[in-house]
Amino acid sequence: MTTTLETEVLIIGGGVTGAGVMRDLALRGIHCVLIDKVDLCAGASGGNHGLLHSGARYVSTDVDAAIECRQENERLKRLAPQCIEATGGLFVGVEGDDVGFAENFPGLCRRAAISCDELTVAEARRLEPQLSDRLVKAYRVPDATVDPFHLALANVDHARLTNGSIYRSHTELLRFDIADSEVRAAVCRDSRTHAPLVIRARQFVNAGGAWAMNIARLAGCRDVDLLYAKGTLLVNHDRMTRHVVNRLRPPGDGDILVPGGTVSLLGTTSTRVENLDQIAPTIEEVDRIVREGAAMIPALAGARYTRAFSRVRPLLQGAGNTSDRAASRGFALMDHASQGLANFCTVTGGKLTTFRLMAEKAADLVAARLGKQQPGTTATVPLPIGDAGRWTEPGAAPRHWYKLNNPADMILCECEMVPQSAVNQIVATAPGEAAPAMSPPGRPKGEFRSAQHAGCLMSLEAISLRSRIGKGPCQGSFCGIRVASYLYDTGYYSDAAGLAYMRDFFDERFKGQRGVIWGAQAAQMELAEALHCGLLGLDALEAD
Amino acid sequence: MTELLRTFTAELAVIGSGMAGFAASVFAVNRKIATALTGNSGALAYTTGYLDLLGRVDGSTVAVTDPWQALENLRAAQTRHPLSRIAAAEIRSGFDEFTSFLGEGGIAYSRAGQRNITALTPAGTLKQTLCVPATMAAGPRAFAAQAACVIVDFEGLKGFSAREVVANLGDRWPGLVARRIPFPDMARGEVYPEVMARALEVPATREKLAAALTSVAGQARVIGLPAILGMHRPDHVHADLQRLTGLEIFEIPTMPPSVPGVRLRELLEQALPARGVTLIPQHKVARLSFDDEGANLDLHDSFGPIRIRAQAVILATGRFLSGGLEAHPDRITEPLLDLPVTQPVGRADWYRERYTDVRGHAIHRAGIEIDADSRPLGQGGRPHSERLFAAGVVVAHQDWIRSRSGAGIAIATAYKAVLAAESYLRESPGKLSARA
Repeated sequence: MTTTLETEVLIIGGGVTGAGVMRDLALRGIHCVLIDKVDLCAGASGGNHGLLHSGARYVSTDVDAAIECRQENERLKRLAPQCIEATGGLFVGVEGDDVGFAENFPGLCRRAAISCDELTVAEARRLEPQLSDRLVKAYRVPDATVDPFHLALANVDHARLTNGSIYRSHTELLRFDIADSEVRAAVCRDSRTHAPLVIRARQFVNAGGAWAMNIARLAGCRDVDLLYAKGTLLVNHDRMTRHVVNRLRPPGDGDILVPGGTVSLLGTTSTRVENLDQIAPTIEEVDRIVREGAAMIPALAGARYTRAFSRVRPLLQGAGNTSDRAASRGFALMDHASQGLANFCTVTGGKLTTFRLMAEKAADLVAARLGKQQPGTTATVPLPIGDAGRWTEPGAAPRHWYKLNNPADMILCECEMVPQSAVNQIVATAPGEAAPAMSPPGRPKGEFRSAQHAGCLMSLEAISLRSRIGKGPCQGSFCGIRVASYLYDTGYYSDAAGLAYMRDFFDERFKGQRGVIWGAQAAQMELAEALHCGLLGLDALEAD
Repeated sequence: MTELLRTFTAELAVIGSGMAGFAASVFAVNRKIATALTGNSGALAYTTGYLDLLGRVDGSTVAVTDPWQALENLRAAQTRHPLSRIAAAEIRSGFDEFTSFLGEGGIAYSRAGQRNITALTPAGTLKQTLCVPATMAAGPRAFAAQAACVIVDFEGLKGFSAREVVANLGDRWPGLVARRIPFPDMARGEVYPEVMARALEVPATREKLAAALTSVAGQARVIGLPAILGMHRPDHVHADLQRLTGLEIFEIPTMPPSVPGVRLRELLEQALPARGVTLIPQHKVARLSFDDEGANLDLHDSFGPIRIRAQAVILATGRFLSGGLEAHPDRITEPLLDLPVTQPVGRADWYRERYTDVRGHAIHRAGIEIDADSRPLGQGGRPHSERLFAAGVVVAHQDWIRSRSGAGIAIATAYKAVLAAESYLRESPGKLSARA
């Protein structure tokens, strides 16, 4: 039996842009369904270094993008402080770097109205003792860090609370039903169970990120032309600096270290790829990132790395029929009118820092097409602080546990101090598969019940995405077992599916570990594998 | 201030206190060889108590029921596998000798049989193993007989869920149910397996637990528990609990570091010195060198430098977890002697794409090479020293994880290495004369 959902706007793609469009429209009173074939931030949104650009990185190449970043940086710090750590950023030059670039840098920042203070080498090294003794130049800029998972979860949850808009994970778009120059419905299926689902809407938004071209083609649109750039990043086991540290030179490989909680992210490379799937870091990329990073921070050469991961950034090729070019450098909004469709648009490209602006532009177009005059309010309405994204913040779970002070509430993830009560809350309240059903205004209650994924439980991967579980030095190898065990205990898992969730969770974590297994990680990996495969037999589940 | 050098002499020095190093020491004292044992013993605490010989054939998901037949097949398919190079009779003798020693120390084991035992895991999956401790034996028996059974877990004990065991095993064991009870006198907050195990050494605690178990047994005559039945006298604790309840009771291993692993370590650390072994645990050998008269092992503890002077040495240093091998971004090394390590060409080849790939990962087959007399090969393919022998998973051409053969490789290669070292020591006039 095919389930049918009805909404005003269907948004395809659960990255920060899609989540932002959902909230923006909800705040205008427009009901949305957001779908993703995997889960929130599964693409580039969840696979970047989490930098909230000051704009300084772009002053030499694209002053409009720099200004856009500066404005959005200031806005998000004000409106979503719970997702942001105002670390400040340094741009540092070392011996051998281009002197001319360094000399011009403050002037370029001034042109974009980005605050930029020159520091003496001694001051910079006092602020960040890990910096190289070959430092020659240092400037301070208002870079910050942002947690894209928290951001996406909070946007989705605000939309749900505002007007009952719905987020569905693991919902894969198969094709569109198109008639009379309009998309009528999206034909989908559950990517795990293959259960069919049809979503009818008045407007359709393609926020597919790197997959936007594929999605547009399903609607017969040939005007989305993307190139794919694979970026690779490393996660360092330790937080090496308080500030974001950028290399003072034109954008290039291995030029940034971004602190995040108790770890650091080191990146990035950029390589053209043809294929969107099967993206993994190569050994050569990992070694190159370490080598380049060590020029700024020598300790990175011998540091312990827990992960290496790659994602694909969509790069725009040609401009398409961008509706608002002046304000949308770096991202594209296409209304597809030239392709003969009146209710389908694509928004892609851009940056994490400017996601709100992109979402606003897309929502403006959709609202106008729906004949709604109410303007967007995301530039002024703060993002509510709630339970939805709170567990992605390092330190949130231990604080919560300490406050509860309940000796029976045991810590399940010992690296990140996540207790049983936090897992309960994540399973019960975090947006996603188990999100409580709410009817949109004016529709009978119960209609959206069918949106619930009957029989589909939250996997360990989904729980991990909504928390810090598995993000510490053990990379989930112990806590994955403990959390599964706890969920069996509570009766949430009740058959061998829990074993498969465990296996899939370890397989997924491993993708990020594979490129950096040396030193202490090799010992960790050997123990994990002895436990998961040697004892529990997760390598041979089908056989038993 | 100069620190005083303390010197110990031995005929045989064993480096490494995991399963292989301990087994080698057992075999050596049984042969009246004066033995010194050193090295970090961390890895032993990670063992489950099960002694696997061969539970799976590499690349296959099919469980091995007859490990001896599987060994014959292995001999044909993988000639360089360490188990392929040891006769079945020797492997069996090694298991018998090792488990007898453990039994005399208070941890009785089932004898190595003709077939594998289908044993239980804390996830409710099944595992093929050769020998199980007496405290765990009733589990596989009850499963085979499909006897009505209650799996019991404890309030406040994380990582072991009776409901998980039943959820995953229930379809193959219909008479299985889960019950939860508080542990006697530990009613609030988190409880830990080691603490529970030590508490059960006290008769009064056993009586209270027995009463609780009796009350949840219902019609079942068999009870399964996480492995917490005593630390130093598990056989006694187990027997006493069976006497008090009138029920058959068995343990299921828990997540490492687990009580059965700690038990083995503590037993061996006690029993081996009692039999005359010089034990210098928890310290890593910093340097190993050979001269015409013998070998020198140099290490350092908090009181200063230590030198062990020995006629022969067994290297049983394990893999990455124990420091016997080191993985660097560009290669894998053997850090103590810089022995050549057989390994994949580059880091890109160490691991397959999928972590739980049933075929296993190439990195696990890396290791040192040995000759027919268990002597590690140095540069140029010749034995590094006539005095040096190797045992355990540091040896190449095996994947103990995928083949479920960790204990088997440890015990069998230790047995073989000790026989080779003994024959070297006896052949060399004067080497064993001190004892004669």
